[in-house]
Amino acid sequence: MSVKIKVENRPKYLERDPEILKKLQKKQSKDKIFKETGHTVGVKNASFSVNEGELFVIMGLSGSGKSTLIRCLNILNEPTSGAIYIDGDDIVKYDHHQLREFRQKKATMVFQNFGLMNHRTVLGNVEYGLEVKGMALEERRKIARETIEGVGLSGWEDKYIAELSGGMQQRVGLARALATNPDILLMDEPFSALDPLIRRDMQLELLDIQSKLKKTIVFITHDVNEAFKLGDRVAVMKDAEIVQIGVPEDILNNPSNAYIEDFVRDIDRSRVLQAKHIMFKPGALVTLNHGLKVAIKEMESNGISSVFVVGDKRKLEGIVTIDDAVEAVKTKKKLADIIKQDYFTADEEAYVQDLIPKAIESKYPIAVVDENKKLLGIIVRVSVLSGLTNTAVE
Amino acid sequence: MIKMFFDFPETWQLNLGQHVGNFVRWLVQNYAPFFDAIKGGILWFLLQTRDLFLWIPWPIVLIFIFILGWKIKNWKSGVTFTVLIFTIGIMGLWDEMMLTLSIVLVSVIIACIIGVPLGIMVAYNERMESIVRPILDGMQTMPSFVYLIPAIMLFGLGSVPAVFATVIYSTPPAIRLTTLAINGVSKEMVEAGHAFGSTTWQILTKIELPQAFPTIMMGINQTTMMAMAMVVISSMIGARGLGLNVLQAINRIDIGLGFEAGISIVILAITIDRITQSIANKYKFPK
Repeated sequence: MSVKIKVENRPKYLERDPEILKKLQKKQSKDKIFKETGHTVGVKNASFSVNEGELFVIMGLSGSGKSTLIRCLNILNEPTSGAIYIDGDDIVKYDHHQLREFRQKKATMVFQNFGLMNHRTVLGNVEYGLEVKGMALEERRKIARETIEGVGLSGWEDKYIAELSGGMQQRVGLARALATNPDILLMDEPFSALDPLIRRDMQLELLDIQSKLKKTIVFITHDVNEAFKLGDRVAVMKDAEIVQIGVPEDILNNPSNAYIEDFVRDIDRSRVLQAKHIMFKPGALVTLNHGLKVAIKEMESNGISSVFVVGDKRKLEGIVTIDDAVEAVKTKKKLADIIKQDYFTADEEAYVQDLIPKAIESKYPIAVVDENKKLLGIIVRVSVLSGLTNTAVE
Repeated sequence: MIKMFFDFPETWQLNLGQHVGNFVRWLVQNYAPFFDAIKGGILWFLLQTRDLFLWIPWPIVLIFIFILGWKIKNWKSGVTFTVLIFTIGIMGLWDEMMLTLSIVLVSVIIACIIGVPLGIMVAYNERMESIVRPILDGMQTMPSFVYLIPAIMLFGLGSVPAVFATVIYSTPPAIRLTTLAINGVSKEMVEAGHAFGSTTWQILTKIELPQAFPTIMMGINQTTMMAMAMVVISSMIGARGLGLNVLQAINRIDIGLGFEAGISIVILAITIDRITQSIANKYKFPK
């Protein structure tokens, strides 16, 4: 994976003043500088890089500088120092012409309050980016229609923005950003203005679109759950600084300081943890050609009442219970005859949240399998529940 | 001794009026060709419009007003406007109305050509605003008759100085409301425009002006109303039309003539106001 965006120690002062620069170099805090000078520091220390095709989430409370930071990535806010490399080019050094071209072709933005033009129709909004590029009417209309279809708004092309619900409006915002086919999508709290149900739909939609298009996405949010659900990697910002960067599980399990610990305390772990985090390798397994005796012995020695049966390449065949096995020995049945199929399976990417109903309903452990039905691990009911209660995650 | 605090000392004098007078005279003497050119331009425009207005057969005007009222509001408004304008006609003031209308139209067009771009420039430039705003305040509070004097000095008597005075008097609302409208465009919308790589011109024409249009129309509506008022006043310097009839009525103390001309002005003003306002409302996009 190649690095797409690289930001190097990039302070952004809302007011340019050499005094502030000195204070920052002396590592004074944002609060102190504000008290002494009345100037606001937007972002004082942020170095990070985003890989191509990655969904990179920047999370922080309001006022932490995250919006300032993302606005620097397309120079809506002009950084006062530092460098931002996109595909190796320092975009801070771009002149007006290069900058316009960069915004037209490489990076587009989705806004918190949508920023849609209510004097234009859905189609008129989506084609905007192509229009300013100077694309011919027919061509841009065609692309705009396809993009609108892609976000599930077919049939709404000629409606005005005010006629759409909030969720639909943000779909238009997303379509507008996607229409120019940029490499990079900058999303500034795009779902914060939506109600929770719609927000969930939009998050799934985004993941869906991302799995198809593989854009490089920088996503801003103040919602921990959203950050951990969407982010391939997450950066946590506090007081205009990035305090931790990592994959969601790392931040969740090893918060680098008390602030982050506090931040992630409220998180609904079931939405972050996936099956792969709480499953374990089964201690006992039987294969079809082992036969009944082995199965009974395995269960006895492990003190369990059921065991999964696998075939070639650990392909999952079914489950046998101790009662059935003992009965089968008496009636001289074979192992294959008594295999049951009434267990649940799960994908290793499945969220624990979605496993809870299965865990409650099932008598047996949940089998985690890949697309070829290869058994990867099992999840016992108790670990689904304990996974929710912090710490005990292995 | 104590007396000097009661009567303002006569020896302290600043002859501001004299200086302004001298300045205007200096303008007239040194820039006569410039003002003649303006005069020629306005006169040509005015004559074309006036000839057209006087040439159009009256039934066509009435039908046009009906259709306009019907399209932008409803058929009832169309009928009302038509009946009102018809009333002016049967009072024998049709040609006067058309003359007044032609001066108003020419003045409003000139006022918009000056006012809207100036309003945009003021919206884009804070320093410009600090210069233009006090001038606009002055232009609006200055008694309108005062404009007639430099108008005569620069352009003589007739319709051209009337247009000049009317333009000066009626441009401020066009400037003000344009500035207000452009400044009122949602910041995020403009930011989105930038984020997609628009040029300043594209942001102005594709985002700000369409967004500002209804408010700018309100400004034009006010400009039209003020032009209407000023055209009547400027009959004092020789503008023909309904105002001249009022002036004659005053001179002859003729209540009948005064009433007819007065009511015609009111009817014309109300009709223009309703029509321009409806246009502004019609182009308001759903918020």
